[in-house]
Amino acid sequence: MSPALQGLTTIAVGVGGCVAYFYFSNVILDRVIYPPRGPNAGRNINRAGQIRPWLFLLPALVALGLYLAYPVFETLRLSLTERVPVLGQPGKFRYVWVGLDNYRQMTSEAKFWEAMRNNMMWLFVVPAAATAFGLLAAQLTDRIRWGTIAKSLIFMPMAISFVGAAVIFKLVYEMRGADQEQIGVLNAIWLQFDGGFGSVLVLKIIPVIILLAFGGIVSWVGWLVLRPLLAARRARGIWGYVLRPAVAIFAVWMLWLSLQSVVGLWRFELAYGTPQAWISLPFWNNFFLMVVLIWIQTGFAMVILSAAIRGIPEDTIEAAIVDGANPFQIFFQIKVPQIAGTIVVVWTTITITVLKVFDIVFAMTNGQWQTQVLSNYMYEKLFVTADWGVGSASAMVIMILVSPILVWNVINARKEMR
Amino acid sequence: MATLDLKTISKSFGEAKVLHDIDLAIRDKEFVVFVGPSGCGKSTLLRIIAGLEEATKGQIVIDGMDVSNAHPVERGISMVFQSYALYPHLSVYENIAFPLRVARLEKDDLDRRVRRAAEILQLTDKLMLRPGQLSGGQRQRVAIGRSIVREPKIFLFDEPLSNLDAALRGDMRVELSQLHKNLDATMVYVTHDQVEAMTMADRIVVLNGGRVEQFGSPMELYHHPNNKFVAGFIGQPNMNFVPAKVKAISAKGLTVVLDAGPTMVLPVETEGVAVGDAVEVGIRPEDVAAGDTLDVEIRVLERLGGIAIAYGKLACGTNFCASLDGDTAVAEGTTIKLAVAPADAHVFDAAGRVLRRRAAPALVA
Repeated sequence: MSPALQGLTTIAVGVGGCVAYFYFSNVILDRVIYPPRGPNAGRNINRAGQIRPWLFLLPALVALGLYLAYPVFETLRLSLTERVPVLGQPGKFRYVWVGLDNYRQMTSEAKFWEAMRNNMMWLFVVPAAATAFGLLAAQLTDRIRWGTIAKSLIFMPMAISFVGAAVIFKLVYEMRGADQEQIGVLNAIWLQFDGGFGSVLVLKIIPVIILLAFGGIVSWVGWLVLRPLLAARRARGIWGYVLRPAVAIFAVWMLWLSLQSVVGLWRFELAYGTPQAWISLPFWNNFFLMVVLIWIQTGFAMVILSAAIRGIPEDTIEAAIVDGANPFQIFFQIKVPQIAGTIVVVWTTITITVLKVFDIVFAMTNGQWQTQVLSNYMYEKLFVTADWGVGSASAMVIMILVSPILVWNVINARKEMR
Repeated sequence: MATLDLKTISKSFGEAKVLHDIDLAIRDKEFVVFVGPSGCGKSTLLRIIAGLEEATKGQIVIDGMDVSNAHPVERGISMVFQSYALYPHLSVYENIAFPLRVARLEKDDLDRRVRRAAEILQLTDKLMLRPGQLSGGQRQRVAIGRSIVREPKIFLFDEPLSNLDAALRGDMRVELSQLHKNLDATMVYVTHDQVEAMTMADRIVVLNGGRVEQFGSPMELYHHPNNKFVAGFIGQPNMNFVPAKVKAISAKGLTVVLDAGPTMVLPVETEGVAVGDAVEVGIRPEDVAAGDTLDVEIRVLERLGGIAIAYGKLACGTNFCASLDGDTAVAEGTTIKLAVAPADAHVFDAAGRVLRRRAAPALVA
C-alpha cells in the first residue's frame, strides 16, 4: 500500500474510531446501562448524566496517563536505578536500585552546574526581554497605520523552527579570517568600531547606563516587595515572611551582579579590528544564544499582549487623559496594571519554554564553550553517553523546576479566562 | 468662576459633518444640559469641550481664555463618563486620588481632599474597596468624586445616569442637583433623556442633526418651543401634531380647520402663513380635557395611578395621545370627546417653524 493511502487509512480509522467510540459508548450508556424508563427513570437519567463526562474524557485521560503520567514515574524509577548489561546476552539489561547515587554523580559534575547556572540566566533574561519587547511592540504597533504590517513581521519568527532560527543566527555570528570579507552581520558591524569616541559611547557608556538602569529597577522592585514588611502592617502568612525577603535578597544579588558587570565592562579591553568568534566567547555566548529565543518569543508576547491592550476599556484611558496623566503614566499606571494578569501568563509561558530550551543550544554550540543547558545536558546523558540513570535524574530536575511555574501559569490563565 | 463660550464649533469625521457652527454662551455656575436623540452630536460636542476630540473649526473659550488647543487638564475641566471609567485595579481612594497624584500634590493635601470628596459623596466607608465591589450608584459616586477632587472650573457629564436603574436614576438626579448647588460650579451635562434635562437644567440646549435647535430654560422650551422638533422632544408624553388647514387670518389669530373635522381659532402670531396653507396644530396630552371638539377612538389606556394615558386615533387617522384623570371610566375601544383650550395649542407651519403664541403662561424662574 502506498504511504499516502496508508495515511488516509489511518486518518479514516482514527477519526472514525473516535466518532464510533463517542457515539456507541453514549448509546450503550443511555439504552443499556441506565435506560430512561421503568420505575427508576429519573434516577437513571441523573446517573447517566454524571457518568457521561467521564466517558467523553476517558480517551484523553488514557492518552495523558500513558504518555505523561507513566513516563514521569518511569523516569523517577530510572533516576534511582542503574542499567547493568546482562552478561552473555547483548541488548538485555538489569535495573539495579542505587538510591540517590545518580543525583550524587550528577551534582558532582561541573557541566551540570554550568547547565544550571546558564538555565537560570536564560530564565531571567529571555522571558523578561521577550515580554518587555512584546509589550513595547504591542503598544507601539497599536498606534501607527502600518502597525499591522509591523506586527506580521514581528510575529513571523514564530513560524520558524528553533533549529531553523539557530541556523539563521549562526550565520549572523559567523566569523571569517581578518583578511577575508565578513559574511556574519555581527562581525561586519563589529569591524566598524575603531576604538574612537563612537565606539566607547556604544560599547561602554550605553551598556553601563543599561546595566545601572537594570540595577536600579531590581532594587526598586525589591524595595516595593519588602516595604510592606518594614511598615509592620498585618502579617500575610508565608508570602509575607518567606517569599518577600527571598525576593528582596535576590534583588540585592542582581544589583551586586549588575554593579560588578559595570566595573568589569569598564575595565575590559575590547579587541577592536579583530573579528570575533561570537559563539565561543565564554559567558557572552549565552546571550548570543538567548537572542535567538527572544527573537522568536517576542512575536508570541506581542500578539497576546496586543489583544489584551485592545481589551482595555477606552474610557479608562480617556478618563486618565482628562485627569491629566501623561502618556507614560497612562501606559504604566493605567494600561499595564489592567493587563497585569496577561503579562504574568505570557511571562510564565515563555519561562516554561525557556526551561525546556534544547534545540537552539543543540544546533548552535551543543553545549560547548560553557553554553550547556539542562535539556541538552539531559539529551547528552541519555542518548549520547547512554547513561540512563544520570539522564533521568537531570530530567527530574527539569520537571521539578518547571512544575511550580506551570501551576502558577495555569492558575493565572484560568483567572484570565474568567 | 467659569464661563464657557463655544464659537462656531464644527466637526467633521471625514466626509460626514456632525456639528454645524455651534455657538453657545454658558454662564458662570450654570447647569446646562445638552439633550437630543442619538447621533445628534451632543457627546461629540462634550468631548470637544473636554479636549478629547479636536474641533474641525471654531473656538472654545473658558473664562475668556481660548483653550481650543489646550490639553484637557489645562482647560480646568473634569469629566464623568457614561461607563464611569473607573480604574479597576485601584481602590476607591486611589481612583479619587489619581488626578491629584498625577498633579504631584502633597500627601497631606491629597489625603484631605480625597476624604472631603468621599464625605460629600458618602463614600468614606468604601475607600478601601475596589470598583468591582461597588454597586452601580456607588461607582457613579466614585466617578463624580474623581471629578471633584481637582476642583475644576467646569464639570462635564456624559450621560452619567444611563447605566443606572430607574429608581436610582431618580435619586442620583436629586443628588447631582444638590451637588451643583453645593459646589457652585459650572456644569455641562449630556443626556438623551428629556426628563433629566427638564428636572436638572438651568438651561437646556436641544441638539438635532448637529445643530442647536433651541437654547433656553426648561419652561421656556416647554411653553415656547422654537420648532416642531423641540416641541416634540420636550414633554412627556410627546406632543400630538394634528394636521390642519388655515381657513382665515384675523386679529384674533389663526382660524384653522383640523383634518379631523373641527374648526379652532388659535391666538398666535400669523406672520408667514397664508389662507389655505397646511399647518400642524400641536397639542400636549396634558392640555387635553373632556369637551366636544375632538373625537378620539381609544386604542390603549395606560393607567399610571394619578393619571391615565390614552392612546388613540382621530377621525383623520392621526395618532393622538391624551393624559386623563387616573380614575377615568373610559374603556379601550370606545370613542370619547375631548377638547383643548385654544390658548394652549401650538401651531407649526409646513417647515416646522412655530407661530409664536400670544397668550402663554408667565415663565417661572
